[in-house]
Amino acid sequence: MKTIFAESVEGRRAAGYAVPVDENAPKAADMLPAGLLRKNPPRLPQCSELDVVRHFTGLSKLNYSVDANFYPLGSCTMKYNPKFSEYVCSLPGFARLHPLLAQLPRTTAYTQGALQCLYEAEQWLCEVTGMKAYTFQPMAGANGEFTGVQLIAAYHRSKGRHRTKMLIPDSAHGTNPASAALAGFETVNIESRDGMVDPEALAKAIAQYPDEVAGLMMTCPNTLGLMETKLPAIVEELRKIDALLYYDGANMNAILGKMRVGDAGFDVVHLNVHKTLSTPHGGGGPGSGPVGVGERLLPFLPVPRVRRREDGTYWLDEDLPESIGKIGPFYGSFAVVARALAYMMRLGGEGLARVGEYATLNANYLKKRLEGVLEIPYSRICAHEFVASAPEGMRALDIAKALLDRGFHAPTIYFPLIVHECLMAEPTETESKQTLDAFADAIREIVELGRTNPQALLDAPVTLPVRRMDETTAARQMILTEDMG
Amino acid sequence: MSYPADLLYAPSHEWVKVEGDEAVVGITYFAQESLGDITYVELPAAGDTVTAGKEFGSVESVKAASDLISPVNGEVAAVNDALENAPEQINATPYDAWIIRVKLSGKPEGLMDAAAYEEHCKNEHH
Repeated sequence: MKTIFAESVEGRRAAGYAVPVDENAPKAADMLPAGLLRKNPPRLPQCSELDVVRHFTGLSKLNYSVDANFYPLGSCTMKYNPKFSEYVCSLPGFARLHPLLAQLPRTTAYTQGALQCLYEAEQWLCEVTGMKAYTFQPMAGANGEFTGVQLIAAYHRSKGRHRTKMLIPDSAHGTNPASAALAGFETVNIESRDGMVDPEALAKAIAQYPDEVAGLMMTCPNTLGLMETKLPAIVEELRKIDALLYYDGANMNAILGKMRVGDAGFDVVHLNVHKTLSTPHGGGGPGSGPVGVGERLLPFLPVPRVRRREDGTYWLDEDLPESIGKIGPFYGSFAVVARALAYMMRLGGEGLARVGEYATLNANYLKKRLEGVLEIPYSRICAHEFVASAPEGMRALDIAKALLDRGFHAPTIYFPLIVHECLMAEPTETESKQTLDAFADAIREIVELGRTNPQALLDAPVTLPVRRMDETTAARQMILTEDMG
Repeated sequence: MSYPADLLYAPSHEWVKVEGDEAVVGITYFAQESLGDITYVELPAAGDTVTAGKEFGSVESVKAASDLISPVNGEVAAVNDALENAPEQINATPYDAWIIRVKLSGKPEGLMDAAAYEEHCKNEHH
């Protein structure tokens, strides 16, 4: 398929949704310094409305989406995005809001509803997670992680300490060490025992780096889909040296309404609202990674914070002298937060708890159905996801490719790294028993095919617009440019 | 699998060949097999100091990126630049495709012989 740039025809235009222009309104060109004005118009594709509609409809038909098929991508929580949340955030009063309106003294009155949304979304998240306050500024989960480790750094700095080490379990998401490194920490790997963080290994690392450990970044349940059962010992170990415990919210879906991480002893939390609260996966944006903190980190949150006056009006507080400053523009991805709030209000406390229950039930059902088909390295009850290994002599990659031919998205493969030929499935709470059965049947059929006709597995996929991609050559000889026509 | 008897092995799957006061370091057959097709090797520079148990570079494959952990202490005497453009050499001949040559500052410690390493790999597989 061509890019939209290659479809451009000089002079072609789309009327679009243009609104009447006030000829007397001030022109941006008159208000900006000459140096900031562009010399030439931007080289945008020139297309009719129909060109644009056909181009993007065509692209969407090549795409795979949760609106069309099952998407069991472990640790990514690809759950369905209810249309109700889309409706709420597209209300004109939200969709046409300019973020600056809330900051200008004379127009903040027009944004009270939006500020109330941010304020109430914060209250909801505090209630759900047991934290003291949230910032919505981080623009995605990894940005939230970066914010969280910056908060940890700010805390130790305020105490006059030089703590340079961040402890990361070997089952962690790759973004954890990346975020910690970006914030200036050296990462220290903590080896798992029985698939969980080992308090003894933790104590050893703390003893190895006295006065240097800033914190530990944990995912719970972890990336093996296992609930961490040694949390109290871990919290105690960290409290002894006043190191902070970070909660990576990637797997929050499993404990929604069931466990409050603040009560469990976590000091800082990031949530991926596109996972837990069913907002769209941005494909690079717009995301949202709210960060929640306990008492000790309150003074360091990014500015501004939304406050409520006694008369019920809302305002933006910029006066936080110990704040780490701004992490993203304005208040983060407002429309995503509005969706998350709509989702929480619609489900209520009872519904949110049911999300955790069904997500866990679905994962355990699927795991049970796949016993004897795939190898299941950890047989205990799993949380919202589980890991499996390809049967001896087969590769996770080939099973994943063969699933594509059968109308399913592949599960996560080769993650976590500590599982051999790993396939990691997370069905989420919204999938029905029929869908889970069909998926399990497809895997059973693929594994049998792998035994009788291994070549058929190596050839997959055969029904998709593109066949097996040569990932090795693509990675060794990267071409990162595109001829825009 | 293959485990040449004239090499020493680290638990993190690097091999070491001691030649006088220098050591040649690469990654094992098991390591390259687990990683799959290697697409990129990040190398240190000659003259860099390496410390046993610490990272000295990384390898990326279609599956994952992994740190290279130095099995020895010393100073990098030479790096195998050929790997920059031909990382697939590690997959093809892991025991010929050396990564760095180290001028040792002490006798290597805590490394396994071939038999012990073979056992270590068996335990790690599942």
